[in-house]
Amino acid sequence: MARELCKKFKARRNGGAMEQETRWSRLRRSEAAHGYLLVGPPALYAILLLAAPLGTILVYSFLTDGYLEIIREFTLANYREAWTNELYRSVMLRSLGVAMAVTTVTVLLAFPVAYFVSFHVAPERKSLWLFLITIPFWTSYLIRVFLWKVILGFNGVINSGLLGLGIIDEPLTFILYNVNAVVITLAHAYAPFAILPIFVALEKIDRSLLEAGQDLGESKLMTFWRVTLPLAMPGVIASVLIVFIPTIGDYVTPQLVGGPEGRMVANLIQLQYLKLDNYPLGSAIAVSAMSIVTVVSLIFLFLNRRFLRGPK
Amino acid sequence: MTAAAKPTMIEFRDVHKYYGDYHALRGITATIRAGEFFSLLGPSGCGKTTLLRTIAGFEEISSGAVMIDGKHMEGVPANKRPTNMVFQSYAIFPHLTVAENVGFGLRRAKLSKDELNCRVGEALEMVGLRGLGARAAHALSGGQRQRVALARALILKPKVLLLDEPLSALDKKMREQMQVELIKLQRQVGITFILVTHDQEEALVMSDRIAVMFEGEIAQLADPETLYRRPNSRKVADFIGTMNFLPARILSEGEQGIEVEAQGLGRMLLDPSQAPGAASGTGSSVGFRPETATMLFEGQKAEREAMGTVEEVVYYGDMTYYDVRLDGTEAPIRISMRNVFGRPVLEIGARTRVAWSPGAIVLFR
Repeated sequence: MARELCKKFKARRNGGAMEQETRWSRLRRSEAAHGYLLVGPPALYAILLLAAPLGTILVYSFLTDGYLEIIREFTLANYREAWTNELYRSVMLRSLGVAMAVTTVTVLLAFPVAYFVSFHVAPERKSLWLFLITIPFWTSYLIRVFLWKVILGFNGVINSGLLGLGIIDEPLTFILYNVNAVVITLAHAYAPFAILPIFVALEKIDRSLLEAGQDLGESKLMTFWRVTLPLAMPGVIASVLIVFIPTIGDYVTPQLVGGPEGRMVANLIQLQYLKLDNYPLGSAIAVSAMSIVTVVSLIFLFLNRRFLRGPK
Repeated sequence: MTAAAKPTMIEFRDVHKYYGDYHALRGITATIRAGEFFSLLGPSGCGKTTLLRTIAGFEEISSGAVMIDGKHMEGVPANKRPTNMVFQSYAIFPHLTVAENVGFGLRRAKLSKDELNCRVGEALEMVGLRGLGARAAHALSGGQRQRVALARALILKPKVLLLDEPLSALDKKMREQMQVELIKLQRQVGITFILVTHDQEEALVMSDRIAVMFEGEIAQLADPETLYRRPNSRKVADFIGTMNFLPARILSEGEQGIEVEAQGLGRMLLDPSQAPGAASGTGSSVGFRPETATMLFEGQKAEREAMGTVEEVVYYGDMTYYDVRLDGTEAPIRISMRNVFGRPVLEIGARTRVAWSPGAIVLFR
């Protein structure tokens, strides 16, 4: 009885497989169709959720702002306003400056960490170290930013600590609600993003190259400079971009710890969209910010192009 | 200049190396002469690479001393030693061109640009890579990478060139070609070459002298011919080429020589030089190389003959290897015969006469 059932089941399964196979083989016959099938879903997703909103913003940025609605009339006035208004310009420049400062601090601090894990941690311990490095991600970004507020605040950990030790007489005020606080918070938040690409690049370096450098007469320091660093540059470049691009448009950190003088371009865009209801100007600022990020990144890549010519 | 008159370049004095509990080098004492092509030969894990790396300065020794050109090397870092190395992986800097790789070590010489280019060009020409200076390092073949590694090391005119299994990554043909080139190069530059290899043939072909290593110790240090003809232990004999062993009994040892009775061969009188090794305590045996015995065909006669049966025939084209079991023995011996036109290849089971010579016999005690 059971065997009968099994047979029937098997037959059905085989039949089904055959049917499917013909359909599949037809699809497989054209490799292009197969490729589209694989690319299709993510492409659709990307178009709906990325390209479409970006296009909308781009269109908005050329429309005219009415009092309560958007007038469908082409204009460049929004861009003129975004690029000439003293306030917008200074916020844009500040964002750029903060992002550069954050990138510099983050990558400079990340490199030694990545170097240590790659070169001085026993191989069987490396994954543990990487795991520990990602611990900050266990809490939400928002909570981490709030915690920095607790650390940096007027009655915060740093101030009460220093006061208690008698090092300062009154709380430091330059560490919260300004650009410094934004840089400190963002640098911490993006540290793992910077460490991992540099670590990967360092891991890929054949250790015999370092011995070769010393064998050819260079000290450890010069070997680092002439061999390790150039070979780690692809990782450093990736880190710079990974940190720079998102930080320039960060909204939460400047909003929470930046104070009035720490506002960045994302806060400005939010202001235009949601407080002032000026979609066209907000869009123009957003598009401008994106263009600036793109241009700065491309210039950076161009300057470092010699490190990126890998083996083909 | 005779070999003995050459000054000492490298001296190991009772060198020990421990990795934790693991005893990697167990009292290495040896000297390597200036201008010599010296090989460290042994199976993997015997410590030959470790020994090479103690010369380069990549491994600190646990006790003993390493001297290079009369100078104590303790505490001298790799970049301050008069040695350069060709790494097993070649360690070509992937971010530099061929010329930049070759000129890497010349930065400290502070040469003018023209002078630098000239030196690099010379070095590339020496290794047969003329005109390839601008090529990216990753666009090279295995053989070319090896040449770049050689040029990069030799351009610094080291006293000693260290080669860590430099030919192991090349195919057979390329390897044989590079062996010859390396020998020529060594004669041309006159630098002491120290080669690490696990390939006994490579060591025999290339070296002036060879140190055979097992388990962190030098088992025998000699020129290739001595090593091949008079190995001092069964282990060395087995590692270098093929050797037939037959159980033997020492009858007497006197002024005129050692009288031995070997299974299948009978009695013979051996010169003391034919027993180069110390007593191992595992019983004595005699050994001889497959090519020192020969099979006799009709009409041929020899002074010493033994009868046997062919048990296996391996045909190689120019050679045939026969496994022959001599009457009165348990295991077959191997005999290699050059195939001569008109002479038949024997079949399995054939009876044959084997000619051998007492002079080719080595006694292991």
